[in-house]
Amino acid sequence: MSDPSTASIVSTPPATMPTEAGSGAPTNAGLPESAQKQQKPRGLLGDAWRDLRRKPLFWISAAFIVLFLLMAAFPSLFTSGDAVNGALSRSRVEPSAHAWFGYDVQGRDVYSRVIYGARASILVAVLSTLGTLFIGGAMGIIAGYRGGWVDALLSRIADIFFGLPFVLGSIVILTTFNGAGTDNGEWKIMGLVIMSLTVLSWPVTMRLMRSSVLATKEADYIVAARALGAGTGRIILKHLLPNCLAPLLVYGTIMVGSFIGAEATLSFLGIGLKTPVVSWGIMISEAQNYIRVSPFLLFFPAAFLVAAVLSFVMLGEAVREALDPKLR
Amino acid sequence: MTENIIEVRDLVKHYPVTRGIVFKKTIGQVKAVDGVSFELKAGETLGVVGESGCGKSTLARVLMNLERPTSGQVLYKGQDISKLSGGALRRLRRQIQLVMQDPYTSLNPRMTVGDLIGEPFEIHPEVAPRGSRRGKVKELLDLVGLNPEHINRYPHQFSGGQRQRIGIARALALRPEIIVCDEPVSALDVSIQAQVMNLLEKLQAEFGLSYVFIAHDLSVVRHLSDRVAVMYLGKMVEIGTEDEIYERPTHPYTQALLSAVPVPDPTLRDNKAIIRLTGDVPSPVSPPSGCRFRTRCWKAQDVCAQEVPLLQIRRGSDHPSACHFAERREIVPTHEAA
Repeated sequence: MSDPSTASIVSTPPATMPTEAGSGAPTNAGLPESAQKQQKPRGLLGDAWRDLRRKPLFWISAAFIVLFLLMAAFPSLFTSGDAVNGALSRSRVEPSAHAWFGYDVQGRDVYSRVIYGARASILVAVLSTLGTLFIGGAMGIIAGYRGGWVDALLSRIADIFFGLPFVLGSIVILTTFNGAGTDNGEWKIMGLVIMSLTVLSWPVTMRLMRSSVLATKEADYIVAARALGAGTGRIILKHLLPNCLAPLLVYGTIMVGSFIGAEATLSFLGIGLKTPVVSWGIMISEAQNYIRVSPFLLFFPAAFLVAAVLSFVMLGEAVREALDPKLR
Repeated sequence: MTENIIEVRDLVKHYPVTRGIVFKKTIGQVKAVDGVSFELKAGETLGVVGESGCGKSTLARVLMNLERPTSGQVLYKGQDISKLSGGALRRLRRQIQLVMQDPYTSLNPRMTVGDLIGEPFEIHPEVAPRGSRRGKVKELLDLVGLNPEHINRYPHQFSGGQRQRIGIARALALRPEIIVCDEPVSALDVSIQAQVMNLLEKLQAEFGLSYVFIAHDLSVVRHLSDRVAVMYLGKMVEIGTEDEIYERPTHPYTQALLSAVPVPDPTLRDNKAIIRLTGDVPSPVSPPSGCRFRTRCWKAQDVCAQEVPLLQIRRGSDHPSACHFAERREIVPTHEAA
């Protein structure tokens, strides 16, 4: 271990150190002042954060994600234009100083539509990813750790969902709840889309989690923890989870990107989000009819989508590296 | 020194061998440990030797209550440990600790040394109040010869010997009475082995620990043990004090095992009788009838196939041996200078 890093650790002002986060490490609160000055106890998350702060990749991707989140939360900060109403007289007007991204077929400002579209796209993608990771991860841990008939049962349930083709499955779910003639609000449709994405994708994360739990649960350090008298909860939370999370995290970041695309697919099929709701997926599917005459209609939403996906993937990569002490 | 801290009575651990996926059918039993009895006195070290697959590690797991015995009992101060549960089991865990074989896999790679050694205190919060734990961890690090400043490091930043010291510090944290060492030095370099063994000796003297020391290296066991038990295929074939086993072995298997120990002095090498055993260790699924060693024994006769030799003191010997034809035999001048 290089000593310069140790030196910099000591000189870091304690106030900014997010130590012992979630690791249950003993706090220094009750210790006398002299003990406080010694090295603070550090946990995995604290060390990961310290490591992340040194990575430019993390800051770049985090800045992009914050930008996109701001866009999703407060679109009016970025544009004063109208994303929904347009004038047909401006149909497919090319980008200019007046309208940076041009106008679409209906004569709506592409720039404001891209800004307003961030909300639906990011919300759907992030929430479905979180749902998938949570459900799949929990099922995977239970199946892998308990084994036996619990494992058999959960794995067969997962196989059933795995057997449903993704597009067919979401068509069935969404036409049932969101078919033609229904008059669901924007949020309800978004919820339905998130639900169908989650329900159809959790088996993959469950299998990932189950296999890494199976590989880890016989490890010597788990036996050692049991010999110390650790309960099931402690073994899962402190020993299994930190050692099984990495593949899930990587898969999760890729999933964010594919879910943005999946949301676009569903919109294109007419069963997902519908105009007047704005999303990148809707914009892309509308633009592909005019790709030869007006390629800018496809370019701008696609560029935003790629930037968003890339930032999530890079962030996931940085976090995964930071969480593995061996890579530091 | 006379108090029995652990008594093992007719301990049996069989693992079922099953066939079929949905309808599991038990087609046999792996007889990993098959009728083992011994006792451990306070402050003493009992060495357990035997070749791979003879049930040493299974014995350790049953002693640690990580596996339930098929039959038989492990008594800790008269209490059957496999019948304990809840709070009583937690209190027992404080008294019996484990040091594992492989220092590279027995430490969670994502925990700092401070968290690893501090974990026993979190599981048993009554041992040390929250504020004092960090100090205790540093004391433990100092005790096993590691730099207390390294408390925030991760296991991969240490060498094998240092990691094994971390494992020992973790086992010591709760101030147990007994430490079960499951081949604690076999994964280490020879020079490091000596360091770790000396550390174990020092700690025993300091805290009055009792060790169950499992190994396949005879000289390592001799160095540490007060008494030695020799296992073969799930059974104990001979048990006695260090001198009784190493100088006056009576069981043919022990004799063969000892004859395989290299002799450092070249002038003595010619005096050494090497007993070469033929054949392989039989499968523990279907061990031979009678004496388990008879298939490889040069003394085997009909009685060996019919009668199981009991582990008892035989004529012309001073310690228990499980052989119908137990007799002393001058094996080797493996005499240790120490």
